[in-house]
Amino acid sequence: MKRRHLIQAVPAAALGLSIAGVPLHALAQAKKGTLNVLVQPEPPGLMLGMVQNGPTQLIAGNIYEGLLRYDENLKPQPQLATSWTVSPDAKVYTFKLKPGVKWHDGKPFSSADVVFSCDVFLRKMHARFRASLAQVESIKAIDPLTVQFTLKQPFGPFLGIFENGTMPMVPKHVYENTDFATNPANATPIGTGPLKFKEWVKGTYIQLVANTEYHQAGAVGVENVYFHVIPDAAARAAAFESGKIDIAPGGAVEYFDVDRLSKLPGTAVTTKGWEFFAPQSWLWINNRTKPMDNVKFRQGIWTAIDREAMAKIAWYGFAKPATGPFNSHISYASADVPKYPRDIAKAKALLAEAGYKGETIRLLPLPYGESWQRQAEIVRQNLTQAGVKVEMIATDVAGWNQRCNEWDFDLAFTYVYQYGDPALGVSRNYTTDSIAKGSPFNNVSGYTNPKVDELFAAGAKEADPEKRKAIYLEVQKILVTDVPVAWLHEINFPTLYRTKVRNPVSSGIGLNDSLGRATLA
Amino acid sequence: MKRFQFMSVRILQGLLALMLIATVNFMLVHSAPGDPVSIMAGEAGASDPQFVAQLRQQFGLDKSLPEQLGTYLKHVAQLDLGYSYRQQQPVVKLILDRLPATLLLTGSAFVMSLIFGVGLGALASRHVGSWIDSVITVVALIFYATPLYWLAMMAVLVFTVQLDWLPAFGYFTVGADLHGFAKAWDIFQHLLLPSLTLALFYMAVYARMTRASMLEVAQMDFVKTARAKGVAPGKIQRRHILRNALLPVVTLAGIQAGGMIGGAVLTETVFAWPGIGRLMFDALLQRDYNLLLGCFLFTAAMAVLFNLITDLVYTLVDPRIELS
Repeated sequence: MKRRHLIQAVPAAALGLSIAGVPLHALAQAKKGTLNVLVQPEPPGLMLGMVQNGPTQLIAGNIYEGLLRYDENLKPQPQLATSWTVSPDAKVYTFKLKPGVKWHDGKPFSSADVVFSCDVFLRKMHARFRASLAQVESIKAIDPLTVQFTLKQPFGPFLGIFENGTMPMVPKHVYENTDFATNPANATPIGTGPLKFKEWVKGTYIQLVANTEYHQAGAVGVENVYFHVIPDAAARAAAFESGKIDIAPGGAVEYFDVDRLSKLPGTAVTTKGWEFFAPQSWLWINNRTKPMDNVKFRQGIWTAIDREAMAKIAWYGFAKPATGPFNSHISYASADVPKYPRDIAKAKALLAEAGYKGETIRLLPLPYGESWQRQAEIVRQNLTQAGVKVEMIATDVAGWNQRCNEWDFDLAFTYVYQYGDPALGVSRNYTTDSIAKGSPFNNVSGYTNPKVDELFAAGAKEADPEKRKAIYLEVQKILVTDVPVAWLHEINFPTLYRTKVRNPVSSGIGLNDSLGRATLA
Repeated sequence: MKRFQFMSVRILQGLLALMLIATVNFMLVHSAPGDPVSIMAGEAGASDPQFVAQLRQQFGLDKSLPEQLGTYLKHVAQLDLGYSYRQQQPVVKLILDRLPATLLLTGSAFVMSLIFGVGLGALASRHVGSWIDSVITVVALIFYATPLYWLAMMAVLVFTVQLDWLPAFGYFTVGADLHGFAKAWDIFQHLLLPSLTLALFYMAVYARMTRASMLEVAQMDFVKTARAKGVAPGKIQRRHILRNALLPVVTLAGIQAGGMIGGAVLTETVFAWPGIGRLMFDALLQRDYNLLLGCFLFTAAMAVLFNLITDLVYTLVDPRIELS
């Protein structure tokens, strides 16, 4: 018996309680099938149709479902839709819905919910989905279990937008004719997923429980899932180490702790479950101002940066140096592009050719923790070695957003999700029509190239994969030559988990829709 | 009558100060870069002008700054602290929800630091120059100089990770569903480390201050007189020296008490204690204006209140002090 159990048993025995002798925390853990997961930061809300930040997706992704689910190769799998057909002109998509699906409040799910979700709710509340919706002519319920999407023109990645973060199904009977943003039901989310919302004690934990009526009988492997809010990274690592936490999602503990914690007995680490998001990091280069408007200068910057060393030192191997704008997990990524290995002499030559005269370059780090800070230090060192005068600008997240939104930077770190397809997650960072103040995720660097605009537009409306491949290869070659931004890494977020948890990641969006399907040994 | 007059003047002053504080805070908070909308849009990983405009309008940020300030002050005067759009709850509810945990942590640390601090200080002064004095002085110096954050982290690593004596985080065992005594015991175990960590710094301050102040008072003529009259040494220590030496301690305790509501951010962060300090810190990072201003105002009100209480306590400790 460990000391702590003794401490707990003594007062209980002294009071003659019936639990005397049985450690209280053993009682607490006696419930079978409880998963303890870290979440950081605490999400602002759990209504997935309205809030899509990381913590919300991690939790609410297990409450809400999309029509399809995706495996790690991003192949669509049936979920709320059991089958689908595409018309020969690639403009009409017809989905057959699963019969007998119920919302968590017991009401039946039908095609009316699908039409309401896409055409009314998400059209109003979901910025990223709205961008794809621009391709859609109409959404119709043919019968209670059939929905038809008609597109204005073929849209290559259309079958890739049906996961629950992009297109979560929301209950029509709860939201119709209400003010979505202030609907009190947002506090008690109702979906069709394997886990149901139970309780949220602000600042402490969020509890989900098994949905016993789940439409895939036997799929739910856990009884309770607690998401613990622990604000300090070192304290999160200690909590995992103490054994009270079963799963630390990617980014929950610092990278220098991941390696140490993954060697604890009964612990494993996986980088799976991020294939859909395909996070890619880079340095925004403000193409609008001197000297960054000169392509030689941008090539010089990229050549000066030691991405291999950063992957090792800042990311402890959980990052792979990027060769260009496409994360290798997304469709049509190619490594057949010009390469820019680190070469200080060449960088200096390029900078001289660009006419760089020692102007101060403002570098804006991403305030997301230790790894990002170290990475920024390395870049500063690399650039200084190449003769660039660098001034580091310290901000918090709000300040970083503000400066990216207002284009008030020279070089700025970022990382962006690519959502499986270049038309969904890549083109928005390079095309002329996505230059607009007020968002840190569009074409923030202000790069413009009519040929690139043309190719991305052609790629989006091409349905034939072979033709798309050729288009995107060409666009990658142009971008890598023009260096609108300095690509750094594909980040492989590590998920730490106890080996008693079986199958914690079973899809391309990882824990977000897999937690309810995990089982405990 | 004098006391009543004193109180009413001070309360009036306090209310004016609070309105002024609310105004200054409003300007400060709004001058920080970024706003809650850009944060939320940023977190979503994608946004468009429609999304941003929609949120700004919903949060009332589309109006001019003076207009927003006017609305805010009007609401504050009616004791309405507004609504946190990020957390989708009224600010007052969010603060009150965190109040019990906050008071439990800071209150217990306050009592503990005061009792042990003054006790150790008195003990050291009584045995000045001896090994007891040296030990107390050195230990007090160490705790005074050690960063709270580091101390907290070490406490977690030793008592939770290595020894497994105490729980790792939070304020109770999540999911244990305990009641009555078992629940109180569970909370006590969670409270022990954070409360102790928080208490150590002030304990060191009180000990050092009590010791110095008592040594000073011990040299005074009235103490010599008491001694010459043959008063028992213990009684001299308690009634003559300690009581006269307590005034600076009361001043400092007043400051500590005033900061009890929002002053434990680091401890709350390391131990994942759901207190108001953390609520405030998160609100700051997320530019949750209403919530942040609400927390500021609440803590300012506490500081004003405890200043008043401190002044009253002075007259109790030392009746020679008059209220004016």
